[in-house]
Amino acid sequence: MRVSPSLLLALAFLAGIPTAQAQEPEAPAGASPPAPAPQAGGDTHIAMIYRPVPAPSSYDAEAEPEDLGVAGARMAVKDNNTTGRFTKQTYALDEVALEAGQDAVAAAKDLAAKGVKYFALTLPAEEVLAVADALKDQDIVILNAGAPDDRLRGADCRANVFHTIPSRAMQTDALAQYMTLMRWRKIFLIVGPTERDKAYADALKNSARKFGLKITAEKPWTFGPLAKARGDTPTRAEAMVFTRGLDYDMAIVADEEGDWGDYVPFRTVDPRPVGGTQGLIATTWHPTLETWGAAQAQNRFRRQTGRLMRPLDYQAWAAIRTVGEAATQKKTTDVGVLRPYLTTPDFSLPAYKGVSLTYRPWDHQLRQPVIVVQPKAMVSVAPEQGFIHQRTPLDTLGTDEPETTCKLK
Amino acid sequence: MVARVRAGLGVAALAGVWLAGAQGAQAFTAYVTNEKANTVSVIDTTTMAVTATWKVGRRPRGVTLSKDDKELFVCASDDDRIDVLDTATGKVVRSLRSGPDPEQFILDRSGNPLYVANEDDSQVTILDIEKNKVLAEIPVGVEPEGMGLSPDGKILVNTSETTNMAHFIDTKTFEVIDNVLVDARPRFAEFSNDGKILWVSAEVGGTVSIIDTGTRKVIKKISFKIPGVTDEQIQPVGVRLTSDGAKAFVALGPANRVAVIDAKTYEVQKYLPVGQRVWQLAFTPDEKQLFTTNGTSNDVSVIDVEALKVVKSIPVGLLPWGVAISKK
Repeated sequence: MRVSPSLLLALAFLAGIPTAQAQEPEAPAGASPPAPAPQAGGDTHIAMIYRPVPAPSSYDAEAEPEDLGVAGARMAVKDNNTTGRFTKQTYALDEVALEAGQDAVAAAKDLAAKGVKYFALTLPAEEVLAVADALKDQDIVILNAGAPDDRLRGADCRANVFHTIPSRAMQTDALAQYMTLMRWRKIFLIVGPTERDKAYADALKNSARKFGLKITAEKPWTFGPLAKARGDTPTRAEAMVFTRGLDYDMAIVADEEGDWGDYVPFRTVDPRPVGGTQGLIATTWHPTLETWGAAQAQNRFRRQTGRLMRPLDYQAWAAIRTVGEAATQKKTTDVGVLRPYLTTPDFSLPAYKGVSLTYRPWDHQLRQPVIVVQPKAMVSVAPEQGFIHQRTPLDTLGTDEPETTCKLK
Repeated sequence: MVARVRAGLGVAALAGVWLAGAQGAQAFTAYVTNEKANTVSVIDTTTMAVTATWKVGRRPRGVTLSKDDKELFVCASDDDRIDVLDTATGKVVRSLRSGPDPEQFILDRSGNPLYVANEDDSQVTILDIEKNKVLAEIPVGVEPEGMGLSPDGKILVNTSETTNMAHFIDTKTFEVIDNVLVDARPRFAEFSNDGKILWVSAEVGGTVSIIDTGTRKVIKKISFKIPGVTDEQIQPVGVRLTSDGAKAFVALGPANRVAVIDAKTYEVQKYLPVGQRVWQLAFTPDEKQLFTTNGTSNDVSVIDVEALKVVKSIPVGLLPWGVAISKK
């Protein structure tokens, strides 16, 4: 609708772009330049490497969309290009959807050889590390949008990796702050069978220590993936009974795969709230988030994809926007300039959270408010009022500088 | 919160009954858009009470008046249109094709056209309000919002919230002639009366940039410090300058304050406590009162401009966003 006047104006405008903020894009230094892509434009290539989620075997109301994560990256590249019109910076997204068995490292090396300097990943921690180590001698930036593992910000941190997804510690700290606010001090911790479940439980225990909460009971979940069981499965009595006779204010489930956590709410013997990886959760994005301009991002995303934005989409968006925002501020897309700039106090990313987000210099974690939500509504935002820090309240979430075990190399 | 809103509506309804005929010597009318109520609250500035509540399209935000004050323009963001209300009857008489998601706008000094920021569509739409015809669509940065017009009407400034720029647009050629980078999430642009200085607030950056409109360079950044309020809570949005060029008022969002600034030295003189999450501001035509929209407390604060005191808090609808005040 009304395309022609708008297009004409766009052309006229592009032709007469002012020079005050204008900036010639940098030619990629070093390795051979990326293959020419005449129609795609995009002087700065950002790679997005991910594994598409396999389709569910049967009906799944909450099935993850195939474009989970990458859809956020696509929106961010559009946003980068809209801003880039005024700075003469253009961006292209190089999407790599890994198939089962396909090596992330080979894909990353291939792109790096073509001159790609920026890599957004929504991959597990082992693969993030493998890619980071394979490219460690090159001046590149890796943005981890999918792995919350604390070790990536601790013993296994890497100088070329930046994290837009909050660490597990930040997530459990956010929940712990909310529980503190509510004076729910006694926790019944239920831990699933996987390594990720155990990592979440460890983070939760640390948070409990940090904020003076008490784990009054801890039990492993041994009843299988009941949340994924069919609705006609009879209620498993022993799963209810195992919550009997315990003294706690809130049950915390550690079930990162989403196999059974949703089975627990409303089935505990005593009426108690349930949170953790299901129920009341700490996350980066939610369909009901609309303050701080988030409604605009929700609308833009829905228009572009036909679905609601999810946390992984948001984290991938933040990764790609990190590159765009830094390039706008420094008036260059040269990785040699931008990589050191990301951890300076001058760089900040506005990202619909009411405050600008910055990267912690000691472990490259993006500082950010963490939202605490139930399935249908926002409940709170951490850091909660009253949690203070000499630097910024945001540093009450996650591993602080004095405690870090990260030695960037 | 819910209880408070109900109470507020109750008061508003009552006020509508017993104040309908109230008239003062210097009575003006303030119109407040309620973003979540899809209504406009009409306030008598003398009695400082709501006299009527008018229904408009969905997500009403930006609001302004025609030159003769006979028509009220309201951005119905979620209906992708601008509703035009007859200020005598409170009825929507027509709707304008604003382009998608209109958020803020400003009327040309001559009374036509209307310059509209289309937030979801990265463009500014220039709309002939008599013919209801789009004259031009100008591509700008991501999430355009703030709209300022130079006193001579020659330069339009739009701020884009995610691109973080003030775009200078020539109102004759409809071309972007310059872009000035400011701090994060610029929400509002206001020219000084002599046209030499442009004030641009940055909500997330927490600053107000002072731009020399001749050189188009930022010559000063105003920041704010309030005891007991974290820096993160200080989020400047609405900016208004007195016509004598002496004072500026800046709404500071969840800091729940309006800053009073010496517009010559750019020093902050005072912080006035208002309702919660204060965004937009409007003077009465005599500049004796300043009205503020307080989104979270669902009310409007009235500031006595001379005394620099908050004199009244008026409950309005859910999530008050914008305010415009007529000469009548």
